[in-house]
Amino acid sequence: MTFFRSFLIAATLGTAAASMAPSALAASDPALIQRGAYLARVGDCMACHSATGKPEYSGGLAIDSGHGIIYSTNITPDKQHGIGKYTEKQFADAVRKGVRADGQHLYPAMPYPNYGKVTDADIHALYAFFMEGVKPSNAQPPETSMDFPFNLRWGMLAWNYVFTSDKPFQPRQAWTDQVKLGAYLVEGLGHCSSCHTPRGFAMNEKADSSADAQYLAGGDLNGWPVPSLRGMPQWTNQDIVDYLQTGRNRTAAVAGEMTAVVEHSTSHLRTTDLSAMAAYLKSLSPVPSQAASIKPQGSDATIRKLTAAKNLTLGERLYLDNCAACHFVTGKGAERVFPRVDGATVVNADSPTALVNVILAGARTPSTAKAPSILVMPGFAHRMNDAEVAELATFLRQGWNNRAAPVSERNVKAVRASMTPAH
Amino acid sequence: MPHITNDDVDVVIVGLGWAGSLMAIELAQAGLKVRALERGPDRPPEDFAYPKPADQYGYATRNKVFATPRDAALTVRYKQDETALPTRKWGAFAPGTGVGGSGLHWTGVLIRPTPTDIKLKTYADKAYKRGTLDADMRIKDFPFTWDEIEPYYDFFDKVCGLSGNTGNLRGQVQPGGDPFEGPRSNPYPLPALQDTLNCSMFADTARKMGYHPFPNPSANVSQAWTNPYGAQLAPCNYCGYCSKYPCLNYSKASPQTTILDVVKRMPNFSYRVNANVIRVDLHKDRKTARGVTYIDEQGKEVFQPAKIVVLSSFQFANVRLMLLSGIGKPYDPISETGTVGRNYAFLSNGGATLFFKDKHFNPFATAGATGEMFNDISPGNFDGPSLGFIGGAKIHSSQATGAPIGTALPPGTPSWGKGWKEGMVDWYGRSMKISITTTCMSYRGHYLDLDPRYKDPWGQPLLRMTFDWRENELKLQRYLREIVLKISKEMKPDAMSESFLALDSHWDITKYVSTHNVGGAIMGTSPRDSALNRYLQSWDVHNVFVPGGNAFPQNFQANPTATIGAITLMAADAIKKQYLKNPGPLVQA
Repeated sequence: MTFFRSFLIAATLGTAAASMAPSALAASDPALIQRGAYLARVGDCMACHSATGKPEYSGGLAIDSGHGIIYSTNITPDKQHGIGKYTEKQFADAVRKGVRADGQHLYPAMPYPNYGKVTDADIHALYAFFMEGVKPSNAQPPETSMDFPFNLRWGMLAWNYVFTSDKPFQPRQAWTDQVKLGAYLVEGLGHCSSCHTPRGFAMNEKADSSADAQYLAGGDLNGWPVPSLRGMPQWTNQDIVDYLQTGRNRTAAVAGEMTAVVEHSTSHLRTTDLSAMAAYLKSLSPVPSQAASIKPQGSDATIRKLTAAKNLTLGERLYLDNCAACHFVTGKGAERVFPRVDGATVVNADSPTALVNVILAGARTPSTAKAPSILVMPGFAHRMNDAEVAELATFLRQGWNNRAAPVSERNVKAVRASMTPAH
Repeated sequence: MPHITNDDVDVVIVGLGWAGSLMAIELAQAGLKVRALERGPDRPPEDFAYPKPADQYGYATRNKVFATPRDAALTVRYKQDETALPTRKWGAFAPGTGVGGSGLHWTGVLIRPTPTDIKLKTYADKAYKRGTLDADMRIKDFPFTWDEIEPYYDFFDKVCGLSGNTGNLRGQVQPGGDPFEGPRSNPYPLPALQDTLNCSMFADTARKMGYHPFPNPSANVSQAWTNPYGAQLAPCNYCGYCSKYPCLNYSKASPQTTILDVVKRMPNFSYRVNANVIRVDLHKDRKTARGVTYIDEQGKEVFQPAKIVVLSSFQFANVRLMLLSGIGKPYDPISETGTVGRNYAFLSNGGATLFFKDKHFNPFATAGATGEMFNDISPGNFDGPSLGFIGGAKIHSSQATGAPIGTALPPGTPSWGKGWKEGMVDWYGRSMKISITTTCMSYRGHYLDLDPRYKDPWGQPLLRMTFDWRENELKLQRYLREIVLKISKEMKPDAMSESFLALDSHWDITKYVSTHNVGGAIMGTSPRDSALNRYLQSWDVHNVFVPGGNAFPQNFQANPTATIGAITLMAADAIKKQYLKNPGPLVQA
């Protein structure tokens, strides 16, 4: 694939520019800046470095690390408050190694362990974009304040030594050009693994390459069960592309943290790149499904019961009163507008947290260029108490072909407590 | 009063309902800087998320998403020598307000008039002997041919995901559809909604009696649909909260579900809510407008400069803004000079309610547009000329809702207390209706002008409506009554009630009919007797365009929304393809 080869060729050219100081940098080719802007979308830099109501990339977003609040930094080209004084080398080190211009270490809320795979050519384009394509802002984000011992940034040195690799991206020989491109995007700038790979005791990703069966095998993000991306047996390549491009596909709609990823990053990507990412994900061997002990009712039985609406359990009655309007008694929803609940990953996940969260808080599809409609599922926190939500979620997890463990009132209570007071 | 001037825009849109939203997206996609000003509040989907709209008292009784009389009152009288009085509560019609306008709470019946309906004057001159019809009747042709307008109907059908049966595909009559419809270039985008019991009972009987029933053409969509703008509609779940309600399920075509999420993404589009436009400001020569003045939500007066002004508020609000701004000459019914205000028309309805002891109609499981209708009684398709009147009606059995307030009870049931409660228990869900929705002709003495006495909160005169039933419309009602009663008796109900106009009836402003007010600033071929040309452009002020029901020269029996969409799209096309290149009158007078 020529697209991928041009990456590698450009990579050698890119190295030469790396030593230039910003003042020496002549105005870059607009195509290069545009390429950098595109790569910034792939990397979703905006997700953390832009906060609502503040200038783009001026930082200030609070990220609760569990050990203190990390505030994202101003990465606009402002010389005082941003990264305007960074040389391309310093920029590259911050992105790929997590080292600031002053030599201090960044916390891995910045996904430099993934960005380490970004080629020099792409760093060059990103640098051109952040220096010349972003408006400088003098906004000063609050200081990050971590608890001891995490406030000692030098500690990251050891963490980096143990958990990160500075090896550049290594495509596997057996991969097609398309899979190589997809792997580069997913493993590198896309930093999908930072949420989709399980984390170890030190918040390190347990695997950093597709060769490892734990890589992209799903995980847990603030209690939210993150699905495995390996092989994605229930989805076709097109389903993956649709989901990333529009936040919805034949069977699912985006919810939770991924909503913003679709809105700000993946919906802006070229279809060829998304297809490559899909091809790569499909090439990974799936996580073997755990043999659940619950025997599913079967779709017909559930549909019959809900249609007759006689002698309903509380969960079934709540489904009819609150959910069936959109998801229907079939549990199949409607293509691209109402997600399926029969067979859905979020419904059948080991942890019911995400399902309960969606029931309580609702979800809304992002408006994207290819699917502009914002479709809102309202939250039901005000309509159902913990016991009711537990009954409903249990019905959902055991109706139709679903086969997941029941949900307790305590599960629901914990999720409700973790939500912001607005809910 | 503090005075603010906004940044310049290419197009200012006054009113963000169907017409305003279509204009907004079409002109923004052409690259123009477009700003919409909406009198009412924003109406985001969270406002009507499941199950909020399922509240009959709030929405249908207390008019939650309608304009209040304070916002939009007008004065009404029957005849020119009477003093008009202001509406203090909506009755016969109820205009919407807020983003989406009446397009948010309409029922969703999306039907085209026939080719004869749009050339009604030509038909009348040919079919009726001179002197047969009321000498004061002022019906007119629409200033376009069927072939010219059909592509715009077709596009709007796709915008809305029209669901139903095709009746005439490129000249070939199709089984199951309306054989009287004009040839369409494409079939209906989606199949019909499911029939309910009243539908099949009515359709079977009507068919046996020689009529040609077909499912109500519906913009409550039967299946998931992505429209040409990329917006998505979801399959209707038959919850029955449509007419007077925002849809809780993304199933009813509205500006929100079909246009606004798309146009809001465009950086060259913006909108302001609670922005009440009080006039269009003209240049000194009065040949062009320079923008509009509105009162913002803080009560400040704001001038919005614009190169093109689109008045896309409700029918009578558009007419009033033209009168308040001096766009065109006000109509005088005595000298029959002037154009703004003429050809105002409404419509009538009526019907029979049939009660069956042993039937369950399950009205709670229905869509707003659920029903079957036939158009056999329409101009050119029955013997109107020998009966001495012109017009027609959709004759239909619709079941728009099963919401309980106002449930029909058999004649003789007490209207309160124990007897009423027992009646409700016995009869809820056991009745169906056979209804008429009629044409209404325009007359010399039916018009809109500014009231000399009553003023709005900003000191501007209210609009005055002069309207009453005429013999033509009442004779039509009596004729339709016979047909409806004949069909009803054929169905052998246990009890029946009826509601039709008598020959001496006056217009009753207290009883809801539907918000299908038309005319007042009509489109035509000459500035002598019309306010707008075929592109809805003011003959007098060429950068003012006025899409809406105001442009209809009389009311046909089809619901107006399809035609409002089609003429708006035709006007938007003319602005893009002709006006931008060469701003000036698009039709030479």
